[in-house]
Amino acid sequence: MKKPTIGVLALQGAVREHLQMLERTGARGVALRYPAELHLCSALIIPGGESTTIGKLMIACGFLGEVRELVREGMPVYGTCAGLIMLASRLVDGDQPLLGLMDITARRNAYGRQVDSFEADLRIEGIEDDGRPFRAVFIRAPWIEEVGPAVKVLGEYRGRAVIAREDGMLVSAFHPELTRDDRIHRYFLRMVEGAEGQ
Amino acid sequence: MEEKGTLRVKTGLAEMLKGGVIMDVTTPEQAMIAEEAGAVAVMALERVPADIRAAGGVARMADPGVIEAIMEAVTIPVMAKARIGHFVEAQILEALGVDYIDESEVLTPADEKNHIDKWRFTVPFVCGAINLGEALRRIGEGAAMIRTKGEAGTGNVVEAVRHMRTINAEIARLTVTPRDELMSVAKELGAPYDLVCWVAENGRLPVVNFSAGGIATPADAALMMQLGADGVFVGSGIFKSEDPASRARAIVRAVTHYDDPKVLAEVSRGIGKAMAGMEITEIGPENLIQFRGW
Repeated sequence: MKKPTIGVLALQGAVREHLQMLERTGARGVALRYPAELHLCSALIIPGGESTTIGKLMIACGFLGEVRELVREGMPVYGTCAGLIMLASRLVDGDQPLLGLMDITARRNAYGRQVDSFEADLRIEGIEDDGRPFRAVFIRAPWIEEVGPAVKVLGEYRGRAVIAREDGMLVSAFHPELTRDDRIHRYFLRMVEGAEGQ
Repeated sequence: MEEKGTLRVKTGLAEMLKGGVIMDVTTPEQAMIAEEAGAVAVMALERVPADIRAAGGVARMADPGVIEAIMEAVTIPVMAKARIGHFVEAQILEALGVDYIDESEVLTPADEKNHIDKWRFTVPFVCGAINLGEALRRIGEGAAMIRTKGEAGTGNVVEAVRHMRTINAEIARLTVTPRDELMSVAKELGAPYDLVCWVAENGRLPVVNFSAGGIATPADAALMMQLGADGVFVGSGIFKSEDPASRARAIVRAVTHYDDPKVLAEVSRGIGKAMAGMEITEIGPENLIQFRGW
């Protein structure tokens, strides 16, 4: 089977880690710096980074409208941390450029500052379950405050949604790319294959 | 079980800052200009390095009130500097809730032999280095991020280039050194053996490495990125220039598109005068900041 090509938005943030993870799962990952490169990809990952920076650079570099259009046409997208914030339709507080594609409300820096960043074990619905919990790394992380009716919450931590899906859109508040556990990336690749099969 | 302050959580924040610009600021207004321009973090200071250099005397941790006002003003991470070896300044900064501590040669060192034992802290640390041995000693002490030192407050990129090229060359050499010679190399570098082995195997530092000290233009920032920096610190270069907001925005774009001369040409245009800058030989060896740290 042909390897799917997954673009990783490479304006700022943890791009290398997602590319390494994609390579390990057998997909082809490419770093995207120009909107035209989106058309070479069958799916997109928006990595962790500083969401205000990524939002401003998406506008300055002409990504915002292009990504919106492609995702609305069905391109699968996975956002981690800052990527979750970018995909959200609403923020609890603060204003910054958003893609506004997913029917969720995000709370930025929900757990506090860096000294409150943590790792913890989660149970996640839909990923390969071999009895292992998922070791999730939360760094100045957001959480999902509210979800619309079409959004499926796949995992919670202390009563807050931290990973969710709506059609071809997947978001997590934590960073699987900082671990060696590739089950969430594999789950996303199955979403990509499903979208291609349609 | 929930765990805070793990190495993965500490180095993880540095990974998230990659491809970004960290800007020195002294007031909440400057912090907001930096955030608006797209900075990934700010360094809260009482004086930028150029002014510290001009003022002389002992440079210490900033007033907690200054740091707190800056933390209130922005949502991006806020870093602050502690003196080399001054673990109580670091304890205070951790209690304030800063997101990263820079154990910095820009301030007057408090200990002429020992750096802070950074493993004892939940907050992560970034430390300066002018060569691989120094970088690995700091990582051995628990630093979760490295920055090459350059020569702070000069607006002259030459030392930043020297330090980045030095570290790159030393890493390249390690990757072709036979394994049975690595202990001897570790001795020569004054670096922990297990970290020397890690670098030899992976061909890079085990933590993110930014460039600092003398970056004043978008071209300087792109130069450091092309030389392999993961991102840049800009100290005096922004708020000592004629038009800080435009220059800050331009440097952010230059770091993202560091390998695209067309974008670099576009963003370098019409951003006002850069800071004046100093020739390194005029400073005098006894006034160089980069040799603080051991």
